[in-house]
Amino acid sequence: MKRLLMFLPVVAVIVLGVILFAGIGKDPNNLESALIGKPVPSFSLADLREADKQLDSELFKGQVSLLNVWGTWCPACRDEHDDLLWLAEEKGVRIVGLNYKDDREEALNWLSTLGDPYAVNVYDPRGSLGFDLGVYGAPETYFIDAGGIVRYRHVGVVNEQVWDEKFKPLMDRYGEAG
Amino acid sequence: MYPELGQMALILALLLAALLSVVPLVGSVTGREQLQAFARPLTAGLFVFVALAFALLTHAFMTDDFSVAYVANNSNSLLPWYFKFSAVWGGHEGSLVLWILMLAGWALAVAVFSKQLPTVMVAQVLSVMGMVTVGFLLFTVLTSNPFDRILPNIPQDGADLNPLLQDFGLIIHPPMLYMGYVGFSVAFAFAIAALINGRLDAAWARWSRPWTTAAWAFLSLGIALGSWWAYYELGWGGWWFWDPVENASLLPWLSGTALIHSLAVTEKRGVFKSWTVLLAIVTFSLSLLGTFLVRSGVLTSVHSFASDPERGTFLLALLAITIVSSLALYAFRAPVVHSRARYAGLSREVFLLTNNVLLVASTLLVLVGTLYPLVLDYLDMGRLSIGEPFFNLTFSPLAVAAGLLMGAGIFSRWKNTDGGWLGRKLLWPLAISTVFTAAVMVVYGEFKPWAFAGTFSASWIVVATFWDIWEKSASRKGRVHGLRRQTRSYYGMVMGHLGMAIVMAGATIASNYGLERDVRMSPGDQAEIGGGYQAVFTEIGNRRGANFTAEYGRFEILDADGRLVSVQYPEKRQYLVQRSVMTEAGIDGGLFRDVFIAVGERVSDDAWAIRLQYKPLVRWLWLGSIFMAIGGFLAISDRRYRLKIKAEKPAKQSAVDGTDASRTPAGVTS
Repeated sequence: MKRLLMFLPVVAVIVLGVILFAGIGKDPNNLESALIGKPVPSFSLADLREADKQLDSELFKGQVSLLNVWGTWCPACRDEHDDLLWLAEEKGVRIVGLNYKDDREEALNWLSTLGDPYAVNVYDPRGSLGFDLGVYGAPETYFIDAGGIVRYRHVGVVNEQVWDEKFKPLMDRYGEAG
Repeated sequence: MYPELGQMALILALLLAALLSVVPLVGSVTGREQLQAFARPLTAGLFVFVALAFALLTHAFMTDDFSVAYVANNSNSLLPWYFKFSAVWGGHEGSLVLWILMLAGWALAVAVFSKQLPTVMVAQVLSVMGMVTVGFLLFTVLTSNPFDRILPNIPQDGADLNPLLQDFGLIIHPPMLYMGYVGFSVAFAFAIAALINGRLDAAWARWSRPWTTAAWAFLSLGIALGSWWAYYELGWGGWWFWDPVENASLLPWLSGTALIHSLAVTEKRGVFKSWTVLLAIVTFSLSLLGTFLVRSGVLTSVHSFASDPERGTFLLALLAITIVSSLALYAFRAPVVHSRARYAGLSREVFLLTNNVLLVASTLLVLVGTLYPLVLDYLDMGRLSIGEPFFNLTFSPLAVAAGLLMGAGIFSRWKNTDGGWLGRKLLWPLAISTVFTAAVMVVYGEFKPWAFAGTFSASWIVVATFWDIWEKSASRKGRVHGLRRQTRSYYGMVMGHLGMAIVMAGATIASNYGLERDVRMSPGDQAEIGGGYQAVFTEIGNRRGANFTAEYGRFEILDADGRLVSVQYPEKRQYLVQRSVMTEAGIDGGLFRDVFIAVGERVSDDAWAIRLQYKPLVRWLWLGSIFMAIGGFLAISDRRYRLKIKAEKPAKQSAVDGTDASRTPAGVTS
């Protein structure tokens, strides 16, 4: 009987091993946002272009939008920029920008040189809305339906492939309802 | 051509390691001494080739050989030479080579400093270490070759070392940490050898002890360095975040601490053998688990290397083979019979056993907290992580309990301790610590239950320790003679325990009485930091470093009377190659308090978000760790480990039987 007890550590380790094995290959960054199925957190932040204008979550009511988190300090956002322009111009997607932990002047400069795919930009220099959203880093893109409910979160660059695989189906599903 | 030579060296090292894991072991099983004698030369050869590979990789970094993919990904021609050097272990592949270099180094140390060991034991221990090395060399050569080339389109320049890692802390933190992690492989190898032989005796415990203590001391330093680095480099002003990888280093430390204590009991009293050998296996397994967690990408952390499922699977297989086979060996071979040695309810044995229970409980706690997200995910209950509150809530009571036990345990005696006598001994330390702790509460101006518990526990250890030294050093020939008479391992224990008390005090006070404020400041503004200090933001400017540009603020720190204490220049750096932003805090450090200023985001044209912190006793965390490490090294240098080289040569056989240990003077403690 006592000898059997000595096998306990092996058993425990094997169980642990199975769990660890299941964890391999899953991207830990693929965190399901706690917000999925919930409304965009309430906020009150200035518009990037007009410092006096306050924006809030009413912004997302009425039509489907993508909420794109970006900053001029983020090289991947530069890569993503052309794809966003393509989405806005060719596909007619409404993209709301969240200018995250950035400098207003530099951000405006960026938009005037590279083009502006955003319907409107929320200026969040201290990252408060980003914090509420649980942003890990830029870029991140959220799919928000016409009722202002977060439906999907994508970490990393949005390109044509990501659009086709991840966002297009959502657009088809929620787009008509809106 | 050099990188190819490096790869050749790795492959040759792999072959030698394979030979090492087979030949001496076969020799020990068949009793052929000439095969056993291969252990030392093979170990030396293994070390030479691993060192050669490491040197060639370093050469590639120093000469900016961007045709090597690993160099191109982790270095840049603008990098100062010392960061090029530390960039060798700045990424997955190179740090793996460093890991193996340490492993081969420890094996070499065993080969050199084992003159007094029986040949069979040396052969088996080195063979086991050879097996571990084979696993990791295979892993490197098959999945993570640091010498892979990018040909023919050689990059013009490298992608640069992660700016977080461009710091003095990175030069020394990983090597120290790996010395500790890998050092436990020696205790592991001794345990496996003892299980194969069926010779789990006091002699085995005594041979394992100095190696285990050495690894533990390195690990203590490594963890402390990591914490220090996080404190000043990550720019958050915290010193422990319960990040999965921090936890991964804490796990072997906790079980390693349990192991050193249980080895002491096994050596002195010949009991707890099965437990000790299990701890040795578990401790090294936890080191391996840490390596897996960092490199497989199953958990998110600041430390994680880029995740790669293939590597993760390979490492997990390696882990499974090592851990499952050694635990299976344990299950079949470890003795289940109770040792005959007797001990009573209040003996030192029981104190150390309770200490082990607490340490193992805290190990399990940290393990559960770290792996909980993975388990949840496995059960399809979503991904989430357990934050600091869980650890703080559950870990603190265990730490306080361990402290209380430590103080009382110092007075306990082997076999039996008279309860009334012990109670009377503890009366004065109890009174002194209570008064002292109350005084500390008054100084900091607020009573907090946890602060009281932590401070009391820390001062209890200190008072009890000094009380014990005072009594032990009583001698008719005078105090100095009495102090000299104590062994180095006794002083090692004293230093280790005092170090623990210092860490506890630092952690308690810094987390209970530290102040942290985020304020908006423009040049010319003045703000209160806490602890009576004021910060005056005098100007903001720009400067250029070797590979970054920085925006810095100039801050004057004033004390309560308005006198200038120091001027700090915290800055926000923009690294040119990776375009990432880093915060460099301005810290006015002191033994009793740190004042910490970090520049945050620009909130408007002329205002910045500034983080101001007042951190009492925060340095004690690292000071205490240094004490612990010194304690460890003192204990290793004890005479009895050096003496026996001469004393045991003629009496080799008796050492094997374990009769030797019973000759150790009973008064020696550690």
